Amino acid sequence: MYGKETTALNRVSLHIEPREFVIVVGTSGAGKSTLLKLLTREEKPTSGKIVVGGIDYDRLKDRDIPLLRRKVGTVFQDFKLLANRTVFENVAFALEIVGMSNREIRHTVPKVLELVGLSGKENNFPNELSGGERQRVAIARAVVRQPKILIADEPTGNLDPKHSWDIVRILEKINKHGTTVILTTHNQEIVNKLKRRVITISHGKVVKDQARGSYTQQ
Amino acid sequence: MRRFLISTSRVFHTGTKNFIRNSWLSTAATAIMFVTLIVVSMTFVANMTFSEAIRNLTAKIDVSVYLKDSVKKADRDRFMTELREQPNVRNVEYKSKEDALAQYREDNKNDLELLNAVSLAENPLPATITVQTNDPNKIQEIAAVINTDENKALQSDEPSYSGDRKQAIDRIISLADFLRNSGVVASIVFAVISTLIIFNTIRMAIFNRRDEIEIMKLIGASKWYIRGPFVVEASLYGLIAGIVTIVCVGLLLDTQSANIAQYIPEIMYTRDYVAAHQVVIALAVAGVGILIGIVSSMLATQRYLKMHATRRSRRMKRG
Repeated sequence: MYGKETTALNRVSLHIEPREFVIVVGTSGAGKSTLLKLLTREEKPTSGKIVVGGIDYDRLKDRDIPLLRRKVGTVFQDFKLLANRTVFENVAFALEIVGMSNREIRHTVPKVLELVGLSGKENNFPNELSGGERQRVAIARAVVRQPKILIADEPTGNLDPKHSWDIVRILEKINKHGTTVILTTHNQEIVNKLKRRVITISHGKVVKDQARGSYTQQ
Repeated sequence: MRRFLISTSRVFHTGTKNFIRNSWLSTAATAIMFVTLIVVSMTFVANMTFSEAIRNLTAKIDVSVYLKDSVKKADRDRFMTELREQPNVRNVEYKSKEDALAQYREDNKNDLELLNAVSLAENPLPATITVQTNDPNKIQEIAAVINTDENKALQSDEPSYSGDRKQAIDRIISLADFLRNSGVVASIVFAVISTLIIFNTIRMAIFNRRDEIEIMKLIGASKWYIRGPFVVEASLYGLIAGIVTIVCVGLLLDTQSANIAQYIPEIMYTRDYVAAHQVVIALAVAGVGILIGIVSSMLATQRYLKMHATRRSRRMKRG
């Protein structure tokens, strides 16, 4: 994956069911992020097959990548919010790019902000929010288009335990509504309390895949 | 179709909003664009004026042929016809001895001494044929006709295009040519340098916002939706700079032409030309500004819009 220097993932084979809540764990550099980047087409595999929601990535043209990314919601460790837009505008942006009318946007965005508990913060800019709040804006933006899959790459990585749990609760709520959630994390406590499917990656390979897994850091 | 309209209006709206929000940057970029356009326009005005001046100057270059008093009308007419048949000859004029004397008297009417030096009875002035050319560069061709043995026999003196005068005329012609060419070269060099400066300004502006582009890409915005506002913004620099340039050039020509005309009367020609074609020129200047803006912003956004990471862009991101 990294030119001739490194192979981040090697012979990984996985199947994830619709509506599943999957946690991917592993130490830094194990290949978790690369796995998720393959799903959002930020990275291309050197060999192998990826199919998401019936879309075969081998047949995916570059100009269709934006369409794919609209179907898969993504949450990042560093939030990736647009700094010069308000909370409302950040969430609305996800709808603007698919050509939704302003009326529909005004109707939809407040509902999602309510889901993540940010009602009343619509007109704040990201730098006026706490880390946990920013991550909730990012989640609102990821789910506002009602994607079938939500990918969360260490969403709690920059947060304290209390805010981390807030985020995990929101993800569970979204999963309950029928969205497949793929979560990567370092946090043992979260993994062990959630009692969900856990996929452990080490040195670019899947070393464990347990239906009700746990995780202990070596 | 409806989606397309919504998207297009959003692109324009976002572009305009960014232009206003980044007012400091917009002002700087517009100012640089203005400098470019004013330099190019001024070079254009100067070029046009000098070209016209050179044309007027070289139009005055003619060749006078002095005839012997004994030349018969038939020979004279044949000589003149031969000259007229040359492709480079614009006009051939004959001035008789009497006309020459009258002209001399008119020119020197305030100088008694010079007037007394000539009298009607003993008119020393020769009859003259004056040849004007279309292109003074090809004056040699005419000289060749004048200097054939047959024609040479009709002449009382060397033609005016000879000796020291010939050298002076040749120098004026080559100088005029040099000035005209260097004007064109200077315009091109100015235009290229200023385009590079503008391109760099827009590139840096976009470099500052590469994270924004990255985020939009990850959320699934299409290339055009991301790029559009930048293109609109850069076009606005061009449009505004174009308008300011047109106003400035117009005002300068209007107010300063009279002063400049004392030294280069041809400025009036340029002023009238610009006034007569003001709409086309205004559109052209604004169009050039907008075009530079569009091309620069398209090129500058190109590298950030690749949909998946290449080795090069990844290395860049890691710093």
